[in-house]
Amino acid sequence: MGPIIRAQGVGKKFRIGAAPEGYSTIRESLIKAARKPFERVKGNATDANLDFWALRDISFDIFPGDVVGIVGRNGAGKSTLLKVLSRITEPTTGRVELYGRIGSLLEVGTGFHPELTGRENIYMNGSILGMRRSQIDTHFDEIVDFSGVERFLDTPLKRFSSGMQLRLAFAVAAHLDPEILVIDEVLAVGDAEFQKKCLNKMNDVSRSGRTVLFVSHNTQALIALCSKGILLRDGLSVCEGDIQTVLAEYLGNDKNAETVWERGNAGEADIYFESVSVELRGEQPKLELVVESSLRVNRKFNDAFIAVDILDSGGSYLMQAVPRALPFISYSAGRPTLTTITKIELPPLIPGRYQISCWIGSHFTETIDWVREVAAFEIATSPSPERTFQHSPDRGFCVPVSTVEIK
Amino acid sequence: MNVPADSNLESTMTNENQPADTGAHSSVVLPSKPLVIIEPSGKWSALKLSDIWHYRDLLYILTMRDIRVRYKQTVLGAAWAVIQPLFTMLIFSLFFGRLAGVPSDGVPYPLFAYAGLLPWTFFSNAISNSGNSLVGNSNLITKVYFPRLIIPIASVASGLLDFAIAFVLLVILMFYYGVGLSINLLMLPVLIGMTALFATGVGALLSALNVKYRDIRYALPFFVQLGLFVTPIIYPSSLVPEKWRWLLMINPLAAQIEGYRSAFFGRPFDWPALAISLVLTIVIVVYAGYSFRRMERSFADLI
Repeated sequence: MGPIIRAQGVGKKFRIGAAPEGYSTIRESLIKAARKPFERVKGNATDANLDFWALRDISFDIFPGDVVGIVGRNGAGKSTLLKVLSRITEPTTGRVELYGRIGSLLEVGTGFHPELTGRENIYMNGSILGMRRSQIDTHFDEIVDFSGVERFLDTPLKRFSSGMQLRLAFAVAAHLDPEILVIDEVLAVGDAEFQKKCLNKMNDVSRSGRTVLFVSHNTQALIALCSKGILLRDGLSVCEGDIQTVLAEYLGNDKNAETVWERGNAGEADIYFESVSVELRGEQPKLELVVESSLRVNRKFNDAFIAVDILDSGGSYLMQAVPRALPFISYSAGRPTLTTITKIELPPLIPGRYQISCWIGSHFTETIDWVREVAAFEIATSPSPERTFQHSPDRGFCVPVSTVEIK
Repeated sequence: MNVPADSNLESTMTNENQPADTGAHSSVVLPSKPLVIIEPSGKWSALKLSDIWHYRDLLYILTMRDIRVRYKQTVLGAAWAVIQPLFTMLIFSLFFGRLAGVPSDGVPYPLFAYAGLLPWTFFSNAISNSGNSLVGNSNLITKVYFPRLIIPIASVASGLLDFAIAFVLLVILMFYYGVGLSINLLMLPVLIGMTALFATGVGALLSALNVKYRDIRYALPFFVQLGLFVTPIIYPSSLVPEKWRWLLMINPLAAQIEGYRSAFFGRPFDWPALAISLVLTIVIVVYAGYSFRRMERSFADLI
């Protein structure tokens, strides 16, 4: 059987830098047009420097029923790819053939209008996502049921809580039935219960033989939903295959860039962090985080000790590791650099991305150098091996090892 | 399915939810030709009116949204549709009809002015609304695909309701001044069609330009104001010397406005002028349509 999506050499160029094409005025265009001949004469065609290829030569085949996770770091081109596939923006090069109707869900509640009622917004959002009015009529009760906002159907949307708006939006989206569904990171919103509902719905969708393209940073959701994956790096497709392989490549290489930090310039403090790297060792639930830091000495400093903060990806403190203070880090003349290796026994943390900050000081209140959120590590697996339900930070970051006895 | 040992946490879920093999979907029958081909388009692209027809439900819903939202949280509501031409008419009658003594082809001046202001208000609101419509709906344009032309068209279409409401006042005024309805009124739908088409062409072109050149937003009210004077609304076109009247007729709206008056007041139509107006309208609409399609592809990147 042939592919349902065939992409060949897709590229997308944006113009950036000094001459943004965004807001322009007629005056600017006129000036540009007037200058153009002179620029050619001068021959300093700097235009190429302002080009930015968000996607380069992307080719792939996706077959009916595939649930494909698109992964990559921020700016790798994931969203641009989805926009090209859903015909929002035009590719600069290449060609995509779609052998099925496509529906895209790049945002929750596109077209919602605060002044319209819940009922009107269902029709508004549904038809914007490509549903016919008759289709919405057919699914109307299911949509209302799924959203759980039936009491507010005739209330303007602006009186809805944000949670209710979200549920309504997702309810409409869940009843789309294109053959190809393109979804951008929409599971990242809503409370845990609603996320579960959405994941279940997504499971139904993928089981029904529909083709799904799914962008997410949520490793858990990707493993749970996707069969295949595409890894984008700087606009290039660097890895394609089953989702496990692609994720391994992504977590192994792309995230590594974040696990090493180097200070670009010289520090001011008596002693300062020059570089920090983190590494995870062992297996859940007994992971060990090894933080290696190189310190450079400017001048004599007081006896000092090190602490490592662990934060969530949003920058909220989760815990602070203060290694036994002895032996102190002491100044010795003729030793301009030194390296510390801090080993931290991690509690059973839920999967996700965590950041670390490194601190050095002579007392708890006397900071010598503090580098914040410099490196990150990713935990890919759950601390509870038998668990089948996705973890959510709403229920805390730590899943303590626990047993139950029934008497 | 090969699940590595260290990720067996999701294995139960994974196994039951993923197709065991692609054979499970052999029931899916794909068309032999792609439904959609996405590739860089050439300089000019087809109008694809069928695409707009396919999305007619969206056009209807966007039009209804514009209508519903327009007078939300206003005290007077749809009365605004009447207030705008009515008060303009009163001011015009005082200054131009009474004080300046502008002729009105034998019709009472207030009625004469209102008959011109009715289609003019529709036209000017239509181009103002549709000119700003794409920028105002940028959230849709960057997030979902649909034929972009629908947005300015919906803005024009939603103005038709205001036209209908203001038309009721015209009928009342005609009874008040004792001007009877005539068979000429049958031309009204054709005239409205022409004005709506012209407004759609101008509005679509302006809205597309507005995406790239935000000057349009500031230029628009100014041009609308000028338009009022180069169109025979305050004055009849008979006021313009015969020699120069062709100049007035370059403006397709001029013949249309005179056409409305003929329809309302039962006077003979100026068929040649209307024919020229129709040709100009069609030329502008076709040009606007193709330009719009050409500019459309960069909307999502520029807006």
